[in-house]
Amino acid sequence: MPRSYADLLREARAQVPEVSPQQVDALPSGAAVLIDVREASEWEQGHLPGARHISKSYIEGQIEGAVPDRDTPVILYCAAGVRSLFAAQTLTEMGYTDVASMSGGFQAWKSAGLDFETPVVLSAEQKQRYSRHLLIPEVGAAGQARLLGSKALLVGAGGLGSPAALYLAAAGVGTIGIVDFDIVDVSNLQRQIVHTTDRVGERKVESARKSINALNPGIKVVPHEEMLVAENVERIIAGYDVILDGTDTFETRYILNDAAVAAGIPVVHASVFRFEGQLTTFIPFEGPCYRCLYPTPPPPELAPGCSVAGVLGVVPGILGLLQATEALKVLLGIGHTLAGRLLLFDALETEFTELQLRRDPNCPVCSDAAVLARAEGRPLTVDGVRVEAPFLMPMTGFGGAVAVPGGTVPAPATPAPPGRTVAAPATPALPAAPEAQA
Amino acid sequence: MSTVFIPAVLRADVGGVKSLQLEGDTIRAVVGSLVERHPSLGSQLLTDGGDLNRFVNVYVNGQDVRYLAGLDTPVAPADEVRLLPAMAGG
Repeated sequence: MPRSYADLLREARAQVPEVSPQQVDALPSGAAVLIDVREASEWEQGHLPGARHISKSYIEGQIEGAVPDRDTPVILYCAAGVRSLFAAQTLTEMGYTDVASMSGGFQAWKSAGLDFETPVVLSAEQKQRYSRHLLIPEVGAAGQARLLGSKALLVGAGGLGSPAALYLAAAGVGTIGIVDFDIVDVSNLQRQIVHTTDRVGERKVESARKSINALNPGIKVVPHEEMLVAENVERIIAGYDVILDGTDTFETRYILNDAAVAAGIPVVHASVFRFEGQLTTFIPFEGPCYRCLYPTPPPPELAPGCSVAGVLGVVPGILGLLQATEALKVLLGIGHTLAGRLLLFDALETEFTELQLRRDPNCPVCSDAAVLARAEGRPLTVDGVRVEAPFLMPMTGFGGAVAVPGGTVPAPATPAPPGRTVAAPATPALPAAPEAQA
Repeated sequence: MSTVFIPAVLRADVGGVKSLQLEGDTIRAVVGSLVERHPSLGSQLLTDGGDLNRFVNVYVNGQDVRYLAGLDTPVAPADEVRLLPAMAGG
């Protein structure tokens, strides 16, 4: 027997519990998943704070991804409270056990004077370009807007930086800074895919900018055509949300680490050797920093760079893409980063190995004592003796070696015995020394 | 015997192999076996005083021995020991 719209609505009302906007507003945060089932154009005009958008047309296909546990309390709403009743009926048929519909919908919510959010609206071109991101619930329009407003800094436009630059640009990371003072050499092109044969001899930052903007003209590229050194690192990294370390010298890696810890900026680190690579993410004070992992760089013969040892071109490609992946997760605030884990990649075995990392309680940069010493503008000391560590930045309160013109005078070299607690006694700060020439 | 993974940069000192089966019930003993078999590794892994060089990290089953018992960290026969210096290349 045919049923009218009124019949269907009556049945839905009988089957689905309804809650008022005031009841929804009174719920503790996280007590239920709020889903807006209106069309995208309606969602863009404003929605309940914390709500997720799944249009009624897609509810069957997307609900399991958004709410995997069928016993999770779910509240649906639409514009006036009708479409959400029918959508709730569908969820009940799918086995969801605690589904309600908000009576009166978004109109009643607004009429009650309750707060609502207006989402960032992407342009038509952006919606098309980033459509595959917009389909992912963990990214969506809000996440894409976040990426577009984010700033990532690539230190090095080489083997690691090349794939990272392209994919971050493709993903819509709105501002990409590039630190590199080198020019494109034909021997770079075996792996540094952001550059091209016709740009041999061109500045790498300019070559990378061309490739990035050819792929995505909406990206702002900030060139930093200079070597990253202690004297400029704070200026260069200021304002970036995440840094990708793709350098090829230990000195730069340590200087970058120290400044990034002080500035509280996450660094996604990678390094490569022939068929192998290492990768981790340093989130200041949440996990270890580079100095916790490697207190001391190896002698040059134990750590040759790519120009000496060689590297299979795809290895920095893979590691650079994993860096980009980590950076996107950091920017979006989703998933679990590699903070506290070191990932090793062996291309010959196609093998990934994971090692556990820890914060070094005696770290000369990120330990509590080091942070205190830095805040007070004095060197870190252990039992009154200044801590010595390689490449510690001068003039920043990190202590360590004292840089002077024409060379570096080491601080008193009495390493802390194993197990000794690092302390930062209130010793007077040493007079500031002039900076060394890099 | 435990399995000791040799980093690529040190493989030339051990005949090019990626891993070795070595005797020893502590990291000190395992590294001692390694250096005894391949003496050229001695100065790369150990200080003159016999401690681990600070630029070489050693992991037992994925855990850094610096946070276990250092050279005295026990090693069981089925354990995996990994030597890992920092890499420079970018």
